[in-house]
Amino acid sequence: MLYTIHSTFDDIEGRLVADLGCGCGVLSIGAAMLDAGLCIGFDIDDDALDIFRRNVEEFEISNVDMVQCDLCSLEPDAYGEKFDTVIMNPPFGTKHNQGMDMKFLKAALTMAKTAVYSLHKTSTREHIQKKANDWGVKMEVIAELRYDLPASYKFHKKKSVDIQVDFLRFSKA
Amino acid sequence: MKLLTHNMLMSHVKGVTKGYPLLIKATEVKVNEVEFNPQFVSRMIPKVEWSALVKAAEELGHRQDLPAELLADYEKNEEFLKKVHKVLLEVEVIEGCLQCPESGREFPITKGIPNMLLNEDEV
Repeated sequence: MLYTIHSTFDDIEGRLVADLGCGCGVLSIGAAMLDAGLCIGFDIDDDALDIFRRNVEEFEISNVDMVQCDLCSLEPDAYGEKFDTVIMNPPFGTKHNQGMDMKFLKAALTMAKTAVYSLHKTSTREHIQKKANDWGVKMEVIAELRYDLPASYKFHKKKSVDIQVDFLRFSKA
Repeated sequence: MKLLTHNMLMSHVKGVTKGYPLLIKATEVKVNEVEFNPQFVSRMIPKVEWSALVKAAEELGHRQDLPAELLADYEKNEEFLKKVHKVLLEVEVIEGCLQCPESGREFPITKGIPNMLLNEDEV
């Protein structure tokens, strides 16, 4: 995913990158290794950020930083166009998180100057395309991915589930 | 927390109109080496609030001799860019807090991570 962003679109090397909902920092560390100028990870969760921090130490990465905050309660103009690129694997907006994927997307589009790269359930593609049109941004499906996710929560009934996911690129028209 | 990151943070406490820049109260500061990329530094300079950056650097005792106002032609001045590089990317606040200039509310910085989460009554 990062490699495509870097080699096809040149949106990582020497750029200021934001990773929204960075969790343990997989995307941020990857971006840093691809020579981002600086990648800043944002997440609400203490435990995830702690793991992120330890990963950074282990890999001896110097060009990342992190902020603990709630992306759903950002001011509408916060970080406006401060970042060249935003990358993210946002919460998909299922179960108790309804609509969270779109909140993340809106925040990302405010923060990015050039492009936003994000993963979303394929089943929501049309809905997202419509929103993109409303917001005046261009949306491209770069790839269709399929994840075989094992059960991880108590309420999961199946042993694993195939989720179809779109890898999307948004850019300001 | 690097100063490039600090430069973008602001207080969103309810009712606050001027929550920027956040004052830095640091109890532990480190300087880590980061690879110097002059083009990146040069591009970041117009994006940052210069006076807030200088103030933050000064608060941490790392101002070096950064001018209060940007000189013209800084893109070609490698020595200057190296100083800015150090201040933007290499100086890090590990422990301390950020204080909202208007409400006085403190946001803790723990193990290098600023916690900007607000309580229910502050949103």
